[in-house]
Amino acid sequence: MPLDMTQGTSGADAPSAGVRSANAPLYADRIKVYPKAVKGTFRRIKWAILAICLGLYYVVPWIRWDRGPGAPDQAVLIDMPGRRAYFFAIEIWPQEVYFLTGLLILAAVALFLVTSLLGRVWCGYACPQTVWTDLFMLVERLIEGDRNARMRLDQQPLSWAKAAKKTAKHAAWLVIAAATGGAWVFYFADAPTALKDIFTGQASVTIYFFVGLFTATTYLLAGWAREQVCTYMCPWPRIQAAMFDENTLIVTYRKWRGEPRGKHKAGQSWDGRGDCIDCQQCVAVCPVGIDIRNGPQMECIGCGLCIDACNAVMDKVGRPRNLIAFATLAGEQARVSGTPSKYRLIRPRTVLYGTLLVLVAATMGAALWLRSTVELSVQRDRAPLFVTLSDGAIRNGYTLKILNKTRADRDYALSVSGVPSAKISVVGAETATGDKLVLSAKADTVATYRVYVTAPAGVLKTESVPLVFALQAHGAREQAQYQSIFMGPAK
Amino acid sequence: MPTKSERDSITGKETTGHEWDGIKELDTPLPKWWLYVFYATIVWSLAYFALYPSWPTLSTHFSGLMGWSSRADVAAALKAQQEVRAPYVSRIRAASLEEIRADSDLLNFAIAGGRITFAENCAPCHGAGGAGGKGFPNLADDDWLWGGDLASLYHTISFGVRNANPDSRVSAMPRFGADGVLTAAQIADVAEYVLSLSGSTAASAAVERGAPLFAENCAGCHGEKGEGNTEVGAPRLSDKIWLYGGDKASIVQTITNSRNGTMPAWSERLDDATIKMLTVYVHALGGGK
Repeated sequence: MPLDMTQGTSGADAPSAGVRSANAPLYADRIKVYPKAVKGTFRRIKWAILAICLGLYYVVPWIRWDRGPGAPDQAVLIDMPGRRAYFFAIEIWPQEVYFLTGLLILAAVALFLVTSLLGRVWCGYACPQTVWTDLFMLVERLIEGDRNARMRLDQQPLSWAKAAKKTAKHAAWLVIAAATGGAWVFYFADAPTALKDIFTGQASVTIYFFVGLFTATTYLLAGWAREQVCTYMCPWPRIQAAMFDENTLIVTYRKWRGEPRGKHKAGQSWDGRGDCIDCQQCVAVCPVGIDIRNGPQMECIGCGLCIDACNAVMDKVGRPRNLIAFATLAGEQARVSGTPSKYRLIRPRTVLYGTLLVLVAATMGAALWLRSTVELSVQRDRAPLFVTLSDGAIRNGYTLKILNKTRADRDYALSVSGVPSAKISVVGAETATGDKLVLSAKADTVATYRVYVTAPAGVLKTESVPLVFALQAHGAREQAQYQSIFMGPAK
Repeated sequence: MPTKSERDSITGKETTGHEWDGIKELDTPLPKWWLYVFYATIVWSLAYFALYPSWPTLSTHFSGLMGWSSRADVAAALKAQQEVRAPYVSRIRAASLEEIRADSDLLNFAIAGGRITFAENCAPCHGAGGAGGKGFPNLADDDWLWGGDLASLYHTISFGVRNANPDSRVSAMPRFGADGVLTAAQIADVAEYVLSLSGSTAASAAVERGAPLFAENCAGCHGEKGEGNTEVGAPRLSDKIWLYGGDKASIVQTITNSRNGTMPAWSERLDDATIKMLTVYVHALGGGK
């Protein structure tokens, strides 16, 4: 330790340099948040979005969609063992997982756009963590009462009444959590069958595992961890600062209007003081337990419930609403300096995100529209590279995979071009049939064929020439091509 | 090294004393839940320690309460795999080669099994995919020394070529040069004649001189026009496929010293079902008759 370690000690309560103060805690207890019920515009929006999100989540797996015999009739289904993903009329094969990638990119860009416009509304309204936490808080409020009742209950010694309330709350939470985990697995298995199997003990270990996992995480994250997930665990709040600018709408306490704050009695003059009557309602309703009057804070999820609380108070005391409001930094500065400006929707940032959003959506839409129902892939034999036949002809072997993505058995005409007078034959039906061959693939399967291409002696001018396999569906316009090569002896 | 901890003026929190380019680190205590997660991982590791092999002793190790071992895992997986294969293997043992070819299930199984067996036993000489090499026949072409039908392939693989097995394929080409049957000039003429059989350009005078020599010495096994004879493993000389090279020098060398390649009798090492699978696999390489 350096000798000057005690320098800088300036008072009795100041810590010694380089040494933690003896009573500084290594770990901080959570300061439990008891959000108070609130009514207002933003609360109504939040309830509506909660109802839509949860409704979609729980109901979508039960929507049926007829795809014909032998195919699943669930509208939205990710069939892992069957290697298919279904979304209403769209059916995706594993090699088309880029559609999922595109969807995620689309979601990300949409999130960027919304964040640069409206701040953390995703966090405040639509994030699963927020939605389920809100639902769990609703249950808690119904069973244990509102803020003050809950605080009193937690301070009471254990009694039968307290135990009953707590048990009822956790039981209700667990039921919701189990339903959440159950709904999750329904996206990966036929919902009616899976539900029956879960209750009759017939479901697979995988299903029980995931129901258990999602029950546990929902219960822990929405019941116990709550705002700590947003404050400590989630990376998104840290990232989104990059999307903010001075024209982003964020929940703002209008200090210039509210200060100096102080208690106010009916009939007192409002001259020479701010509109804030220091009633603490904004703090009481805050689901993350902060005081918005301290300015923009890392913990704020932008839900706007403090706005509702404050507006109710402002109405009561007869002052204008929106002492706390969704406002921009630039707008507030302009108001303070007496030149109110309009909200700027169109900014380089929003234009960029908007353009990206349209581009990605258009690309995705076009890709889906142009999606082919037949694909061909060809793997050329490497051992042996080629075979010389007794008449001097050169034969190359290929493994063809024909992907029939339709729900009907199909025949395809296979032809090759690039090597003059080449004959193709399929292994199994070992008769050379000229330069065309009819191959079939069953509905919704990959058909594999071993195909030989034979070039007569002397037609090869170089060691390797391009060879194109072309596949044409019978009675349909779909076609597929694959460029391979044909090899012979070194020249 | 922390130099000086102080109270941050904005947050009112202590700093750790770490400072980088004027940026000071706040000494924010960790949240309690983080500590609980850490405890949970300790509990997890203890449970893991108890359940799975974890601690060495002088001669062995603590093998865990579940008695799990990766070796037993592999043995169980192999056993399960063998149980899956058993019905196919017994069906292959019972079926004829033609029946295996006709049943697509058996054919797929035989080709898959044959591929592995081929890679382990045959590929060192015959090459991956039966590509062959100088002195080692290409098995994917349509030219066969001892016959390319299923029965012939089965016999060749089972008993091999020119080995000690009593059922082995046997034949021997004389060493025309080394044993003084033909002179060097006569051998050169025969070589020219052999080249002409497959349409390769050759000196016509030498070809004429070689023709009677060929008829007298070679045609007995290789046929009048060099069409070969699979009964005695005599290669066809009238095609474009040459096991030891089709240029004149190689042919002269072959006539002078003979070749007589060998192959082991695989029935001495592999069971019958495996040889059947191998036969079907080789037959399907592209040249099966």
